[in-house]
Amino acid sequence: MIEQPAMVKICDIREESPLVKTLFFESSMNFIPGQFIMVWIPMVDEKPFTVSSIQKNLLGISVLKKGTFTDLLHQKRIGDTIGIRGPYGNGFHLQPELHSCVVGGGIGIASLATVIDTLPKITIIQGTRTASEIIYRKRFTDMRFCTEDGSLGFRGTTVDLLEDIVKKQQFQKVYTCGPEKMMFKIVELCKKHHIACEVSLDRYIKCGFGICGQCDCSGQRTCVEGPVFTIPELNTMEDFGRVALLKTGERVDVNNHRQLSYISIDNAK
Amino acid sequence: MSKLNLSVRVGNIQLRNPTILASGILGVTKALLKRVAENGAGAVTTKSMSKEPREGHKNPTVITFEAGMLNAVGYSNPGIEKAAREFADIQDVGVPAIASVIGTHKEDFVRVVEGLSGTHFSAIEIPLSCPHTPGFGLLAGQGTPQATFEITSAVRKVTELPLFIKLSPSIPEISTIAKAAEDAGANAITAVNSMGPGMIINIEAQKPILDYKVGGVTGDALRPIATRCVYDLYEAINIPIIGTGGVSTGRHAIEMMMAGASAVGIGTGVYYRGIDVFKKICEEISQWMRENSISDINTIKGAAHD
Ligand SMILES: Cc1cc2nc3c(=O)[nH]c(=O)nc-3n(C[C@H](O)[C@H](O)[C@H](O)COP(=O)(O)OP(=O)(O)OC[C@H]3O[C@@H](n4cnc5c(N)ncnc54)[C@H](O)[C@@H]3O)c2cc1C
Ligand SMILES: Cc1cc2nc3c(=O)[nH]c(=O)nc-3n(C[C@H](O)[C@H](O)[C@H](O)COP(=O)(O)O)c2cc1C
Repeated sequence: MIEQPAMVKICDIREESPLVKTLFFESSMNFIPGQFIMVWIPMVDEKPFTVSSIQKNLLGISVLKKGTFTDLLHQKRIGDTIGIRGPYGNGFHLQPELHSCVVGGGIGIASLATVIDTLPKITIIQGTRTASEIIYRKRFTDMRFCTEDGSLGFRGTTVDLLEDIVKKQQFQKVYTCGPEKMMFKIVELCKKHHIACEVSLDRYIKCGFGICGQCDCSGQRTCVEGPVFTIPELNTMEDFGRVALLKTGERVDVNNHRQLSYISIDNAK
Repeated sequence: MSKLNLSVRVGNIQLRNPTILASGILGVTKALLKRVAENGAGAVTTKSMSKEPREGHKNPTVITFEAGMLNAVGYSNPGIEKAAREFADIQDVGVPAIASVIGTHKEDFVRVVEGLSGTHFSAIEIPLSCPHTPGFGLLAGQGTPQATFEITSAVRKVTELPLFIKLSPSIPEISTIAKAAEDAGANAITAVNSMGPGMIINIEAQKPILDYKVGGVTGDALRPIATRCVYDLYEAINIPIIGTGGVSTGRHAIEMMMAGASAVGIGTGVYYRGIDVFKKICEEISQWMRENSISDINTIKGAAHD
């Protein structure tokens, strides 16, 4: 493979919420749920996004408007082009035979959307700060919602809701993506209840193919060994839930740093 | 056949095998350097460290092409204060670790080296040869015999550690520059840094792909040039050479050593063959040695010379 972006034309755009748009384009890329692609806007920058929709050769990325780059993606119109390269990383190990639950916090649900498409019987939890941030309501009709302000569904965090559900329902596996504080607590919960769990980590990605070391998490490259990690792997990764590297390589608190607004909405207190 | 000897010396540093992780590849954290050591490297080099923190260039910063890689990372690093903290217990890595030090003025190099005083690095490497970062290397005029002499002398005064000077393949008088480094007290030459700069244009976007537009060429495309540089240097200087550029197999490593290298640096090879490229290369070197009845790797050093 040659790691260079290929230009694709945006052929459809869907507004998922005031802050999230899904951009669709044609590509024959073979994508496993949980992997990601690098999206290039020439002369601007290149950033990681997960593919949130796969229909034959039609792929989609769901983009939360957060800063300069994602704002520019939101300004794209049908017919405009963007560059993509990938897919990168290890995806989720999908086990359709297990009774499973996906837990998405904020835009993290985008990384789980293709998991939901692939697994037939699955409980879906989507958590946001408030009702207007909930996405994919038409796409997945049987979601359990939780909002911090109680404007839709359960009032509280996804962790609280999951804790509530596992009292009544026995899961064998949880797939999760969202703010690291949330994922850390979900992993703790799963350990307590002996449930297998896979998380998709968010770290600053530079090259995407394991050369630069910028996305290190305790010696694991988020772009190659991750972004999906299992509990046994996370058990050896001290930095999980604690430390992330800034663009400079500086180690900072992953839960509390103004330059890290990682996968958006922090709905785990 | 008796046991093979793959261990080599670079100056006064003993390596269990001749493979060294090149600077800028994975060397952002101690944890990754340790992992590289566990995957067989004889020594490891950190990402280059400057006085102040640097975010580097925007993405894309690293791309590949049919014959190698093009990068313009732009020396992102957290600055010497934070980097020294990250690498404080660098001895945990388990193999000799080399600190890569960059600067604009000679005082900057001195400051960074002084900032490393509490750490346990085995050597200091000074690249005077980056082709794509304003204020550093070639773009700061560091690729001349005079600048090389001045910077090397200044750093020599403040450290007892072995000093490696890393040179550019894009300067014809590489031997003159290496001699200036040797005269100023360098203990080894790392040859070479990335070449160029080069450019790759996406013809649909009609724009260069790298955000910085140009970047250093590494990997296969660089190998014959790196090998020639090492060959020339071997005839010109008396200090050891770390041959770096396009080494990704045991045969490449042997070729580099026959040109005169005491050890080999490996960067882009991590992409071609994975993080265990070091182990793979050592196995391939061993196999070749067995097939050719060579028991000590050091006997092939410089074999290509008349
Ligand atoms: C594996 C992976 C998959 C992702 N998938 C999605 C997705 O499907 N949808 C989505 O909306 N977002 C996704 N993200 C996050 C997305 O990459 C960032 O939101 C985006 O880069 C922000 O860019 P910006 O210029 O708009 O904001 P900025 O103002 O640059 O930054 C906002 C924050 O985004 C993060 N960020 C910036 N650049 C990068 C980078 N190169 N790598 C990682 N994080 C970065 C930083 O924490 C930064 O502080 C994913 C991230 C990763 C690591
Ligand atoms: C992504 C990348 C980043 C690099 N960063 C640095 C650096 O920070 N300092 C440095 O001295 N050399 C740097 N280099 C150059 C390498 O250390 C090495 O000299 C060069 O890549 C040639 O070796 P190779 O063909 O095995 O990659 C970098 C190379 C690459 C590919």
